Amino acid sequence: MSDLLALYQEVILDHNKRPRNFGELATADHRAEGNNPLCGDQLTVELTLDAGRIVDVKFRGQGCAISTASASLMTEAIKGKKLDEADALFEGFHEMLTGDPSVPAEAAPGLGKLVVFAGVREFPIRVKCATLPWHTLRAALRGSGDAVTTE
Amino acid sequence: MVSTEKAAIDRQSGAVLDVEAVRRDFPALAQKIHGRPLAYLDSAASAQKPEAVIAAQGRCYREYYSNVHRGVHTLSQRSTEAYERARARVARFLGAASEREIVFVRGATEGINLVAQTWGRSQVSAGDEVLITEMEHHSNIVPWQMLCEERGARLRVAPIDDQGQVIPEEFQRRLGERTRIAAFTHVSNALGTINPVREMTAAAQAAGAVVLVDGAQAAPHFQLDVQELGCDFYVFSSHKAYGPTGVGALYGRLALLEKMPPYQGGGEMIRSVTFEKTEYAPPPARFEAGTPDIAGAIGLAAALDYIDGHDRRAIQRHEEDLLRYGTEALSRLPGLRLIGTAAHKAAVLSFVVDGVHAHDVGTILDLEGIAVRVGHHCAQPVMRHFRVPATVRASLALYNRRDEIDRLVAGVRKVREVFA
Repeated sequence: MSDLLALYQEVILDHNKRPRNFGELATADHRAEGNNPLCGDQLTVELTLDAGRIVDVKFRGQGCAISTASASLMTEAIKGKKLDEADALFEGFHEMLTGDPSVPAEAAPGLGKLVVFAGVREFPIRVKCATLPWHTLRAALRGSGDAVTTE
Repeated sequence: MVSTEKAAIDRQSGAVLDVEAVRRDFPALAQKIHGRPLAYLDSAASAQKPEAVIAAQGRCYREYYSNVHRGVHTLSQRSTEAYERARARVARFLGAASEREIVFVRGATEGINLVAQTWGRSQVSAGDEVLITEMEHHSNIVPWQMLCEERGARLRVAPIDDQGQVIPEEFQRRLGERTRIAAFTHVSNALGTINPVREMTAAAQAAGAVVLVDGAQAAPHFQLDVQELGCDFYVFSSHKAYGPTGVGALYGRLALLEKMPPYQGGGEMIRSVTFEKTEYAPPPARFEAGTPDIAGAIGLAAALDYIDGHDRRAIQRHEEDLLRYGTEALSRLPGLRLIGTAAHKAAVLSFVVDGVHAHDVGTILDLEGIAVRVGHHCAQPVMRHFRVPATVRASLALYNRRDEIDRLVAGVRKVREVFA
C-alpha cells in the first residue's frame, strides 16, 4: 500500500479527477499533439505566447491518471513563465523521474508541486506517462507541428 | 469450496485436473511480486514454462547440440533427429496429415507473413480480395494490408457485434468470386471469442477462397484437428503454448505448400545452387532458410508433450470453470464493464473500470502481485469498436486457480477505492 500511495499521491488523484486548464484555447498560437500508442494516451497542448512568455496554456485529451495529472500540473507550473524557465522546469522534472530508482528522488529546487511525481521513478514503465505532456509542450513551442510520441 | 468444485466435475465425467500438481511444474509461479504471491493472469500474452520445457532445452544444449541437416557427425545426426521429431510432434498436435505440412517459423506472426508473402504474392492479383474480421490481432491485419497494397487488391473486413462475435451473414456477404483468401482468428486475443472456424472455413472455401486460421490463442487450450476444421493454413506460437519464445509453426496443406515460392533465400532451403540458377528444396525445407531455432523447436515439442500429458478435456473444463467463475465475480462489481461477452469464449476476461485508465488499474494490480495485460492488445480496431482506448485483460491458463480471481476482484475493488 505504501508503494501505491507513493505513486498515487492525493494531489495526483485530485488533478486527474479535476484537471486544471482543460479544454480548448481560442487564442492559441502554438499547439502540438502527443500520443503514447502503447497505452492509447493522447493529448493536445495549446499555448499563447507573448514576448517569450507563456501567457496562457490549455490541454485536452485522454490518458491515465499519471499523464492527466502531469498535464494539469504542468499547465499550472508553466503559466506566466518565460520559455527558458519552462525548459528548466522540464529538465528538473525529467531528472527527478529518470534517476536511479533505488535512490529516493531529491526534489530539485523550484519544482514546486511537481515533486508529487517523485514516486514515479520507482515505476520506470510509467515515466513516459508523466513526461508525455512535457514532450508535447516542447513540440508545441518548437512549432514542429509533428505529433510527438513517447514510444 | 475446492473439494465440492472437484466433486461436481467428477460427476460430469472423467479426470480432474490436479491444479496444485500443475503449479509445481511451473517454477516461475512460486515467486512473490511486491511481497505478494504472484497471480499470473497474463498467459494470453505469453504463458509460463513448465520445468519439462526448460529441461528439454537444457538437455539439447548440454548433451546433443549441433547444427541440423548438415554434418555427418554424430551430434549433428542426433540434433537433426530431435528437430525432425519435434516437427512430427507438431504435426500430431495439429492433426496434420504429414509432418511435411509443418513449417517451423518464429511464431504465428511470421507464419502469417510467410503465407501473405509467398502464397499471397503468387496468387493475389489486382482487383482480388482478402477477407479478415474486425477482431483480428494486428498480426493478422498488417501482413494482408501490405500484400493488398503491393498487389492492388482490396482488404475487406467482416464486422463484429457488440458481444464481440463475427456476424455470420456479414462474413458471408463479403465472400465473393474475387475473395482469394479468408484469414481469421480461432480465438480473439482481446475478447476471448471462439469463432465457428469450421463453418467460416466451409463458407469461404465454397466461395473459392483458401483459409488461414490464426491459432495463437487456441493452441494452448483446445484439442486441435486441422483436417477436421478443414482450413488450408493454421499458425500458432510456441510461447503461448507453454513453450519457448522465438518459435512457432505454420501448417499448410501440402498441395498448397508445394506450389508456393520460397519465403527467404539462404542455406537449408535449396536443392542445388549455381550462380545461374537455384533449385529449391521441397517443403517444408523450402521455407526454412538458415539455421532454425533448433532448441526452440525441441522445447516446443516438450511443451506439447506436457499439454498432452494431461487430460485435454480436464484442462478445458478447468479453464471453463475459471471463466465462468471470473465472469460472475467481475459482473457483480459496480463500475466494471466486461468487453467481449460472446456465447462461446475462451478464458479471457477483458474489462474497463469506470473513470480509471487501464494502465492505472494495471499498476495497482501489479502492486498486489497480480499480473494482467493492459492496453489495446494489438487489436486497435477492437478497441475502436467498443469505444475504449484500452482494456484490462486477465487471461487464464491451466495453472490458474479461483483464489487468484478472488484476488483480482479484491484488487479491482481497491482500484475503485483509490480513485473514488
